[in-house]
Parts: sequence; structure tokens; C-alpha cells
Amino acid sequence: MEKKKIVVLIAKPGLDGHDRGAKVIARALCDDGMEVIYTGLHRTPEQIVDAAVQNEVNVVGLSILSGAHMTLCPKIMELLKKRGVDVIVIAGGIIPQEDIPELKKLGIAEIFTPGATMESTVKFIREKLNA
Amino acid sequence: MFDEKKLQEIKEHCSKWEDGVLRKTLDSVPESCEEFRTLSGIPVQRLYLPQQKDYMQDLGFPGEYPYIRGVHATGYRGRMWTMRQYAGYGTAEDTNQRYKYLIGQGQTGLSVAFDLPTQLGYDSDHPLADGEVGKVGVAVDSVQDMELLFRGIPLDKVTTSMTINAPTNVLLAMYITVAAKQGVAQEKLRGTVQNDIFKEYVARGNYIFPPESSIRLVTEIFEYCAQHMPKWNSISISGYHMREAGCTAAQEIAFTLANGAAYVEAALQRGLQIDQFAPRLSFFFNSHMDFFEEIAKFRAARRMWARIMRERYGAKNSCSWMLRYHTQTAGCSLTAQQPENNIIRSTLEALAAVMGGTQSLHTNSYDEAYATPTEKAVQIALRTQQIIAHESGVVNTVDPFAGSYFVEWLTDEMEEQAMKYMERIRSMGEGEYPMLTGVIKGIETGFFHKEISDAAYRYQREVESDARIVVGINKFKMEEEKFNKTLRVDEAVQCAQIERLKKLRKNRDGKKVQDALEKLEKASEGTENLMYPVVKCAGAQATVEEICDVMRSVFGEYKEKTIF
Repeated sequence: MEKKKIVVLIAKPGLDGHDRGAKVIARALCDDGMEVIYTGLHRTPEQIVDAAVQNEVNVVGLSILSGAHMTLCPKIMELLKKRGVDVIVIAGGIIPQEDIPELKKLGIAEIFTPGATMESTVKFIREKLNA
Repeated sequence: MFDEKKLQEIKEHCSKWEDGVLRKTLDSVPESCEEFRTLSGIPVQRLYLPQQKDYMQDLGFPGEYPYIRGVHATGYRGRMWTMRQYAGYGTAEDTNQRYKYLIGQGQTGLSVAFDLPTQLGYDSDHPLADGEVGKVGVAVDSVQDMELLFRGIPLDKVTTSMTINAPTNVLLAMYITVAAKQGVAQEKLRGTVQNDIFKEYVARGNYIFPPESSIRLVTEIFEYCAQHMPKWNSISISGYHMREAGCTAAQEIAFTLANGAAYVEAALQRGLQIDQFAPRLSFFFNSHMDFFEEIAKFRAARRMWARIMRERYGAKNSCSWMLRYHTQTAGCSLTAQQPENNIIRSTLEALAAVMGGTQSLHTNSYDEAYATPTEKAVQIALRTQQIIAHESGVVNTVDPFAGSYFVEWLTDEMEEQAMKYMERIRSMGEGEYPMLTGVIKGIETGFFHKEISDAAYRYQREVESDARIVVGINKFKMEEEKFNKTLRVDEAVQCAQIERLKKLRKNRDGKKVQDALEKLEKASEGTENLMYPVVKCAGAQATVEEICDVMRSVFGEYKEKTIF
């Protein structure tokens, strides 16, 4: 039986305009056979959670390079919880190491910082979903 | 410039050399890979030899057309480049302190980083601003903040560059207002506004209005500066961010000069005369890790722009032909791994920028793969420039790489590749203004986005397949301690800004604000240059968001197509 495609939402919350990382990861996941939806820039937490629900995604990848991660990530995680959305959330960008434990406490499964490979991201998602 | 007979001799000897010394060497020590390429993928030969060149036509003299050897006759012997560190964080007071520190350490120009809400035309209390206030730059909501930002800094003595694009008129108006309060007339102000909206659509993402209205705003600044601010650079046409987003060196200059030509056509369309505004167009490039490629890129860009301005647009004033530019080292080349290595990366990149003939330079700090830089990290970055300027001796002569067989070849190659791209963009356009329409088409169809994201993906695959070595990333890795020395912007900054806004709205003359905003709305619906009513709004203490909201209501907002 053919395996169900993994659906990933790559999202840019906040006002940050840096999307090189988001796009490179989106392409790598596509090339690995996943279905990828990219939100584009300047999305609110509400818009991101809406998109996750509408597209029935398995994974949400948040890309933040503006330093607003400690405000935006909690908002998104809370909204997901409130709406009972069962997804794996990962994040990437310019995120100081000292913030990582707190982000993980919020339920973010993994944080990919500069130097992380596309391969490690793909592998992480596949292992988490046993797919 | 070479004797044909001598060239023939060299060629003959080269065959002998290949069959003799070279063959023997390759037999005993084979080369490390089959093909050597620049960072941007240009194949590089083992050896470059003298080539026939028309020195006067292709190279010429510094300070003379086509400026490949630089825009100043004396290079850095007469005037050193401006050391201009892009800086801004927290409140206007925080950033004012950082500026004073930098000036105290020998920095020679200011460069304002505004936070994202400011750059996108929102006040600090807008819901979308939550978490972003004072983060990647300083929060400026009104002329009050602008005044605090430059408190104690005489605006007739410094040059100030402002990275502001969609709301350029708002922030420039606030700057003019602060200067006037200091008793400095706008005619005397020296500095730059980035004012480059095309690359915002393509790579940087800080756009507000759709292209047509944005182009109006850009050219209004050209017009206003031509009339009132003769020493001000009305734009900084930027390749930097497209390069950061992943494009190659040739694409960087091609897309930047294409955007430049598009702005020129937009200004002509508005009815401006070329030599009226072209001398104040300035540029902004990236300096990446491939040393020779970058030097060649800067040299090629200068020659291309000179020819475009003189031959295509018929500019007569030699100042219109000169490509003057600011350079920043490549943020995307910084690694979070072994961050101290970034000091060496920035040094090499800065050296290439200087060898390429930059007028102004920002060196990145080693901790920027983690956060906005600490004072210590910025100090090292500034010292890097000072060491190059005062210790290395590279400034002693003009354009020292000229005449290098390799650099001249690479300069020509860079120009050829970039010209091909520019022709392609031109062919996407139509009518009397083919570059302007071509660039807009390129934005709307996603041509630029696709070219850039293709190159970014290609690069990442090269790194992950070890075809390209990045020290600390895929080779020479080591166990490291956690890096915890980052700058943190206190969340209290946002609260303080919101409080200040509340006070401002209570204490200012509301009627005056309303009148100024209404005049702006009327002007926006017509064709008047909006700088005039915006200066009035700024003076009345209208906020960035209030002014932008008026323009939003008339112009609408741009919605991007998402392409990856």
C-alpha cells in the first residue's frame, strides 16, 4: 500500500523578511517527496494555525530570524493547543542557544539553527512520523 | 596593449610548458579536483596569460570613464572609505548611545537600522509589532524618537545612511525635521536613504504598497533631493539582500544594475532630466568569500554602469556615470559554529571590498549568526576596517589588482554574464521604458525569486554533498561550548515605546495632525510630490503608522506571490 504523503506547512510568522532558509527547506522537503505549503511572509499566528488546520498538515515549520521568536512561538503553540491541532512543530532561524530549552518546553520538537542541514531536517521529520 | 609578436611567443611557450613542466608536475602531483570554480560557479583555469586589450578603452584611469579603476583619481590616498557600521536596537536612547560609542571608536559615518515595525509602517503598539519592537533595529514611531536618536550628534557634521524603503518619505521627513530643530538646513544634510523598493519585492520583504505607487514614491524622493538636498544620496540601489538570499555574484550586479536602470527610466518617465538626479544615485553591494570574484564584480559593475548611463541614457555629467557604493560583508557567510572564525571571514571580505574600490564599508560582527551584535563584537568589526586602512598598506596605490591577468579576465567574464542577464530582463519589458517594464514583469512573474532560490538551493546542496567546504560546518568540526554572550533586547523596550506613544497622542495638537494627514490624503490621490505634505505630517508629530495608513488607504497594499 502506498504511504500517505507527509504534509508540511512552512511558515514565516511576524514581520521578518528573510526567507532564504524557509525556501531552501521547503524545496528539500519537496524533493524528498513531502507535500509542502509555504505561507509567504508576514503571517500572524492566527493565519498560520488556520493554514495548518485547513491543509491538515502533519508538520509546521516556523522560520524566524527577527528575534521575535520568544513572543511568536508561545502564541502559535497556545493557539494550536486551544484548537486541538495535533502536529509536530519545528523551528529554525537566528535563535540564541539560551532560548532553546524554553522553546522546547513549549512543545517545539526541534530547533534548527544556522549550519543545520536540509538532510537533518528531513531525517528528523521522517523519524518523528515513523514514515 | 601587447606586442602581437610577443603574445605569439607566449602562446607558443605555453604549449611547450603544458607538454613539459606541467605534464611532469601533474603526473607526480595530480590536482585536487577536476574543475575549479568560483563561489558563484564560474570555472577557473589553472593559469591566465596576457591578453590583447585596449587599455584606454577598457581600463583607462581612475576618476575617468569608464571608472573600472575607481571613481577617485587618488583612490584611498586622498579619502579613506567611510567606516559605517549598520546599527540600531532597542529604544532611540539605546541606539544613540551605540552611535556615540562607535563615533568615539573612530567610526566615520552613521547607518541607521530601524526595527521591522518602523520599516513596514506600523507603530510599536500595532498587533503585528508584538515581539518585534526594537529587535533588528531601533524603534522610531514619531519625530520625537528621531530627535532622541540623534541627540548630541550634530547633523551638519556626520553623514547618515538610513535603511528605509517603503516609508522612505516618512523617515526622511523626520530626519529633516530634527535637523531643522538643530538649526541645520536640509540643503546641508549629507547621507543616504535606501529607498530601493524593487529588491524588497524580490529578496528583503519590507514592502507596503504595490509597485506603481512605490515607484512614484521612489522618484518623488529623487525629485525632492534634486531640488532641496543636493548632497543627499536619494537611493541606495541594493544588490546586498539579493546576494544574501542566495544569488550569484553576476546575478547580484545584473539585477542591481537592472533595477538601477529601471529607476532611471521611471524618473525619466516622471519628467526628470537625467543629469539632474543621476549624480545622487548610489549603490550597495555584498562582499562574499571568493576574494577575486568579488574584486572583479565591483570593477565590472563600475564599468557597466558608466557605459549604461553614458551610452544608453545619454548622461552628460561625469558624476552621472560614476557608480559609488557602500559594501557590507556577507552575513550569510557567517557560521554559528566556531563563531570566532567569522572575524577572519569578515576580514577577507572587507579586504576584497577595499580592493574593489568601495566608498563605504560595514564589517559584520562575529556573533551575528546568533543575534544582533554585542558592543565588543562590533568593536572588533570596526577595528578590522581600521587595521586594513592603517596597517596593511593596501591603500597605498590605486586599484592594485589592475593588470592581473586573472582579475582582468574575471572582470570581463563577470560583465559578460551580467550583461546577458540584463538583456534578458530588458527583453521581458516593452515600449519606451523596457528596463522599467522588464523589472516589474520579473517581479510579478517571479523571475527574480526563481533565479535566486535556484541558486540558493544549488549552494546548499553543494555544501551538504561536501563539494564545497565551509570550515566548522562540513569540515574541521569540533565539540563546542554553548555560545551565550549574545545581546538581548529587553521586552521592556516595547512597553516603553507604547507608553511614549500614548503620551505623544495625548500631548500633541490633534487638530494639526488631522489637518496634515488630510492634506496628505488629498495629495496622494493627485500627483503632487508627497514629500511636502509628509514633511508637514512629521512636523505635526504624526506617527509612522498614521502617515503610512493614509498612503495605504489610497495606494492599497502589495500581496506577494509565494514561490520557492
